[in-house]
Amino acid sequence: MSTLTVNGVTHTLDIDPSTPLLYALRNQLELNGAKFGCGLGQCGACTVLLDDQPVFGCLTPVAACEGRRVRTIESLGSGAHPGPLQAAFIRHQAAQCGYCIAGMVMRAQALLEQNPQPSAAQIRAHMEPNLCRCGTHMRILAAIGEVAATRRVAPLARKAAGSKP
Amino acid sequence: MKKTTRKWAVAGIAALAAGALAAAWVVQPALAPITPPAPGGFDAASLARGARIVAVGDCMVCHTATGGRPYAGGLPLRTPFGTIYTTNITPDAATGIGNWSLAAFTRALRHGVARDGHLLYPAFPYIHYTRLTDADIADAYAYLMTRTPVQAAAPDNELIFPLGFRPLLAGWNLLYLRSGPEPDDPARGAEWNRGRYLVDGAGHCASCHSALDPIGGERSPAFGGGNIDGWDAPALTALLRAPKPWTAEQLALYLRHGWSPEHGAAAGPMAPVAHSLSLVPPEDTKAMAAYLMSLQAAAAPAAPPPPAPAPPATGADAARIRQGGTLFAGACAGCHGDAAPMMAAGGRPPLNLSTAVAGARPDNLIQIVLNGVPWTQSRSATFMPAFAASLDDAQIASIAAYVRADIGKRAPWPELERRVTEIRKENQP
Repeated sequence: MSTLTVNGVTHTLDIDPSTPLLYALRNQLELNGAKFGCGLGQCGACTVLLDDQPVFGCLTPVAACEGRRVRTIESLGSGAHPGPLQAAFIRHQAAQCGYCIAGMVMRAQALLEQNPQPSAAQIRAHMEPNLCRCGTHMRILAAIGEVAATRRVAPLARKAAGSKP
Repeated sequence: MKKTTRKWAVAGIAALAAGALAAAWVVQPALAPITPPAPGGFDAASLARGARIVAVGDCMVCHTATGGRPYAGGLPLRTPFGTIYTTNITPDAATGIGNWSLAAFTRALRHGVARDGHLLYPAFPYIHYTRLTDADIADAYAYLMTRTPVQAAAPDNELIFPLGFRPLLAGWNLLYLRSGPEPDDPARGAEWNRGRYLVDGAGHCASCHSALDPIGGERSPAFGGGNIDGWDAPALTALLRAPKPWTAEQLALYLRHGWSPEHGAAAGPMAPVAHSLSLVPPEDTKAMAAYLMSLQAAAAPAAPPPPAPAPPATGADAARIRQGGTLFAGACAGCHGDAAPMMAAGGRPPLNLSTAVAGARPDNLIQIVLNGVPWTQSRSATFMPAFAASLDDAQIASIAAYVRADIGKRAPWPELERRVTEIRKENQP
């Protein structure tokens, strides 16, 4: 038995603990936002957040997620009520085929939570692991840049001593 | 009693002599600045030869900051003595070496003295560059003086007291600097001599592949293995004791391609070295390999000793290895498993041959799992994603324990989890 805490809900799953997180999300939990791209950690279509850090879901065994928090794109909003990044991606028409987009949004989400106003160079460096075969990178960067400029992603609560709530 | 007195007298005279010599070192004149030479003033053949020497010397690797302009310096070198920022060696007159004459450049390489007379820190490997011939120094000078000038002043060094006081380096130089080229060994062939010249001179291989003593001098004998930037630089004298003994052909290929089908891929600080060496003619890497293979212990057995049969793990160790096997199956086997398409793609050594798995210390395996092998370090299609965010210290330790025991068939590494924690911390900027 493996336990997974995804988007704030804890699930107990009867699966092999070496199963990649991506398969558990899609097959068992029916969270189909994250996609299988290469299975080798080279494209980023499967990117989800593990303890607030972007990871490749295809290379993260369920056994590595015990006691840790998984977040997927489904936690950011819905079709009817998209979150700030999702809305910006729609506004900028950042998706062509859309296959990479869930991964792109989650990687960008991790950046903006930790650094609400990254520079253009920081956005590019951070997004580097995620590929888009359609070539909509400029629109993706524009969407992320717009959200960064308007600071619409809530930064992570700082737990460091001395910081004010 | 008398004997003791004489001993003291001899010691006193030696100390005085050393002091006088050191004093002579401390006082180095400034050499007159020059007007930066016109790039067109250098001979094209000299520039081409200079590119080759500068590539073997790896000048760009240290003298370029991450994301910075080539040769403009500013890369922090973290040493046990504090942080040293590399200098700008573009031909900018104000912040680079634009107003350095060939004589000033030669003095820096041969003696570790800047144009204005201040002593340079030995992080700059002048104890090796001093072996370069006058002709090679002149060619390297021509090459560097024709790069694009960049105005960039290096940040101030952050060194522990009292090392900011550069005249102290005079004493260090007395101990470690033997200036000037080394004559060829007539008993050896041209290839061996060329190899020694490249390895001991421009290549400065011993800078990383030797242990350092407490004041940063290379321990002798050289090439016994060292540690640089948190990576183990393996001993270059035990190449016959790898899971598959190295051959000169394999080594030449590895130096040139950053990869060996029998041993693994260059990663960490070796990756940019292999990239630089891909730019020089193959006869240079062949000569380096020939010389390095001649350093192997003469008594090395023809076949490597069978790895120490590790006693079967019990209790907590066995549980950790089992957990490591589970994590390996989900995180690693997609590429490193026997049946993985990646393994069939050709030329990828199984992990039991990997230097990082067979090594005496787990550091390189831990570094590769934490950081992966980024695209930016690889021109040879070697890539591995980083696992620092997806695996915690205990998980990485259990994967390392599994790989070492079940795949490497080697005795366990001690204190794995503590080492993962330490390396992760040291990797923080």
